[in-house]
Amino acid sequence: MTFDLGATDGGAVAAPPRRTSNLRLLWRDRLGRTGLILLAISALMAILGPIVFPFDPAQVGANSASILQPPSLTYWLGTDELGRDVFSEFLAGARISLFVGLMATLISTIIGAGVGVISGYFMGPVDGGLMSMTDFFLVVPALPLMIALGAIFGQNLLIIILVIGFLSWPRTARIVRSQTLSLRQRQYVARAKSLGASDFRIIRKNIAPHVMQLIVANTILVVAGCILAEATLSFIGLGDPDRISWGSMLHFAFVSGAIGRGAWWYFLPPGLGILLVVLAFTLVGHAFERIDNPRLRGSA
Amino acid sequence: MPPLLRRVLVLCASIFAVLTFNFFLFHIIPGDPIRLIARSQRLDPEAVARLRTTYGLDGSLPEQYGKYLSNLAHGDLGYSFSLHENVADIVGRALLNTLILLTVSTLIVVIVGIAIGVFAGSRQGTRSDSTTVVTSLVFWSLPTFWVGMLLVFIFGVWIGGLPISGITTPNAVYGNWFQYISDIGRHLILPTLTLAIVDIAFFVIITRTSLLEVMGEDYMLTARGKGLSRRTMVWKHATRNALLPVVTASVLYISALVAGAIQVEVVFSWPGMGLLMYNSVMARDYPTLEACFLLTSVAVLVANFCADLIYRRLDPRVTVGT
Repeated sequence: MTFDLGATDGGAVAAPPRRTSNLRLLWRDRLGRTGLILLAISALMAILGPIVFPFDPAQVGANSASILQPPSLTYWLGTDELGRDVFSEFLAGARISLFVGLMATLISTIIGAGVGVISGYFMGPVDGGLMSMTDFFLVVPALPLMIALGAIFGQNLLIIILVIGFLSWPRTARIVRSQTLSLRQRQYVARAKSLGASDFRIIRKNIAPHVMQLIVANTILVVAGCILAEATLSFIGLGDPDRISWGSMLHFAFVSGAIGRGAWWYFLPPGLGILLVVLAFTLVGHAFERIDNPRLRGSA
Repeated sequence: MPPLLRRVLVLCASIFAVLTFNFFLFHIIPGDPIRLIARSQRLDPEAVARLRTTYGLDGSLPEQYGKYLSNLAHGDLGYSFSLHENVADIVGRALLNTLILLTVSTLIVVIVGIAIGVFAGSRQGTRSDSTTVVTSLVFWSLPTFWVGMLLVFIFGVWIGGLPISGITTPNAVYGNWFQYISDIGRHLILPTLTLAIVDIAFFVIITRTSLLEVMGEDYMLTARGKGLSRRTMVWKHATRNALLPVVTASVLYISALVAGAIQVEVVFSWPGMGLLMYNSVMARDYPTLEACFLLTSVAVLVANFCADLIYRRLDPRVTVGT
């Protein structure tokens, strides 16, 4: 970064690059460390689980005696309403839930960061237009909109990822915009401009690196929201019928009457899985927030 | 432009945007809506023409749009083909039931959440504070519908004793109004509890964060210097100022509240907008789904508008146009 003289400007918003020390601070924070460990467990489960215990959706039970069986040595977490192994289904669900959550977050962050940077950098009517749109999407209730879109466009993984991603970006856009607004007032941006740097170059070299660091905490919290959104949509019955996720497991547990039959082995694991993963991202996200804002410290 | 007029104009523009968005959502994409409605590839042209007229899909796009707006203005939301009734009548009943659920649960969530948040924030760094924070983060990470399923299991199957479905006991005969109200009240317990378990955490975290910010202000140091008691400092001086950001955050909560209500209504078969939306998805009843989406969005926009007005009243520092 040739023009990065940010430290001499005495600004308080954009911190100088400190990626490594951030991770160390995160590890020192008790809740942050718990979150990181939970994340590692979830990742392991999603990556290795389906390889070790492959789930075959077509392998249904032979007779009525094999459905909704309680846990045994053959079926560690019992069987579902079709006589399939809940344990391997749970691991397959972990992969889909995490995959959808991360992909939707990627889309949401790209849109949010793009809208925020363009809005904050160019200001004026561009800013006005983009921010009106952002505010609109910020207040329109997301779940009913997701349900409507999911019901119209059909049920497959790509649609679910797109729908969640396209509806989760407004808060990121707001945060990025306010950072960009303050960054573009810095002297080094003015210097870069006077040296003839193009807008694109200034955004790429002087704005984007700082913005990226500041939206880490926000992005991690967005993942938690996206995973919950996927679970909710699938529970409503809008999940991909060919790709089982934790949410769609709970959908089938609910509509097949597993609760009434007391089949706790069917509806407890997927819910605990969602809780584990969402909590992991939430803990890490909040730990990052505490690192950025020391006034909030002292909670753990 | 006067600030209030500006706000009203923004509200009207947003509602108009939702109306138009809703129109495009259900009238244009993807492909031919008639095929979706009929769920059949082979239909004789006469049947297609009849369906087009029934669902306002005949004529050019601007014509359809004009008809759509004029129908809305007349309170005509179309005809439900799964329930064989005017959508407006169905939605009217559902809206009332949802309002009952939301009023009761929101009151509990906001009051309890703020109280716990102030309690934790005023004891920053203590054991009770960190326990509250961790518990809130765990509860906020729970999927609402799953909490509902657990409560159905615990109170419907395992222990029993509380109604787990519907708004009243089926075929019940009531001697007087009080029995009727208390029956609804009993059915409200588990849905409200579900929403409370998850959503109280939101207000605890927001209130605590906001209180911590306020506690660091200079005027709190002054208050301490004046020799005010801790209780007066926290509840009279800090909480009042800490509540402003909580009101702002409540705007974001409205969307979460709607999402929570939909899930709770599905799990407990509470006959409100959420259950109606779920049933229309299951039956692919697009006119009803369309009306549900439209009404929910407009209601949320209006609620946001009100929250904004309250906020501006509470905090005179807020300048217009931001």
